[in-house]
Amino acid sequence: MEIDKLKAELSLDDMDLAEGREIEALMARSQKPIPDPDEWLQETLKANILVTTIDKIFNWGRHYSTWPFGSGLACCAMEMVPTAASRFDQARFGMEIFRASPRQADMLIVAGTLTWKMARALRLLYDQMAEPKWVVAMGSCAITGGTFAHSYSVVPGVNRIMPVDVYVPGCPPRPEALLYGFMKLHEKIETGTVKKDFILGDWKKTRIVLGMGKGSSRAIEA
Amino acid sequence: MTKALVGRDIAQQIAEHSSDAVVEFNESCVVVRPDLLLKVARFLNTTPGLDFNYLNCITGVDYLDCIEVVYHISSMVHNHSLILRVRCDRNKPEVTSLYSLWRGADLQEREIYDLLGVVFVGHPNLKRLFMWEGFKGHPLRRDYL
Repeated sequence: MEIDKLKAELSLDDMDLAEGREIEALMARSQKPIPDPDEWLQETLKANILVTTIDKIFNWGRHYSTWPFGSGLACCAMEMVPTAASRFDQARFGMEIFRASPRQADMLIVAGTLTWKMARALRLLYDQMAEPKWVVAMGSCAITGGTFAHSYSVVPGVNRIMPVDVYVPGCPPRPEALLYGFMKLHEKIETGTVKKDFILGDWKKTRIVLGMGKGSSRAIEA
Repeated sequence: MTKALVGRDIAQQIAEHSSDAVVEFNESCVVVRPDLLLKVARFLNTTPGLDFNYLNCITGVDYLDCIEVVYHISSMVHNHSLILRVRCDRNKPEVTSLYSLWRGADLQEREIYDLLGVVFVGHPNLKRLFMWEGFKGHPLRRDYL
């Protein structure tokens, strides 16, 4: 560079003049924009068009964006919380924060003992979730009632209240087990078909009606 | 440290106030008649030197021959405590409600009514707490199946 060569013998004013000459030269040769390297685009785009099915694209979207609705009914919730936290990090599977509203969630995690008194509320929350929706029964109590199966107040398995997609055994299951349950649920989602969900309306047949209160009247009609 | 008052001394004071209220007493507790419970509790609450102004908890116990309700009470003024017990007939369990004295009795009395079937006379809203309306029986009774 001119500045470097002359640095030793030039005064500060001379160096400023030399810098000014370099700037003038840069301006002179930069009067036209450099063309963007976009010649490759047309050709490569052609090679990147994929042909797929509606089902595949829907399932792909559902698979990687399952929003969980946590209903921490008992001690299983203590294992559900670290599943979402940094160490186990369910965000790796496309599931971010737990939603506090059923209207924003696709997946209901029943974590813990369900009592008959709570069952009515949980069924109402399940009904408020938008289709398509999935249910994960977490822990012995949610699966069969566990230790309390023959109790006066405990529902012997949440599958009496709503259809369950994945059962995660354990008392309570560790976060790894719950994550494995999520993976199994993803496999199930991959096998789904939009036609079944929307056109035939088969999901309605899978609903179990619990006739209590005003909120369930729609479910009874369905 | 809260000082647990000796049941014998308190039983004596209660007996001076209302003569036939005390059924039994020992070092740690006083057993009183269920129909005179409110009178005794008011005495313990208002007497200077005792000033039991706080109800710690109420417990219901099914002894098969009777149902017992246990009151743990303490005084914030003097930092002392006492255990008060009431026995009632298992077939017709009735105890006076202490809601008018200690508001904390509200939910605990409802819970004991729900699970053991003890009727707290004078409670303003004696309904089931844990079980739903229409539930048959009282599940924490020892003969409930």
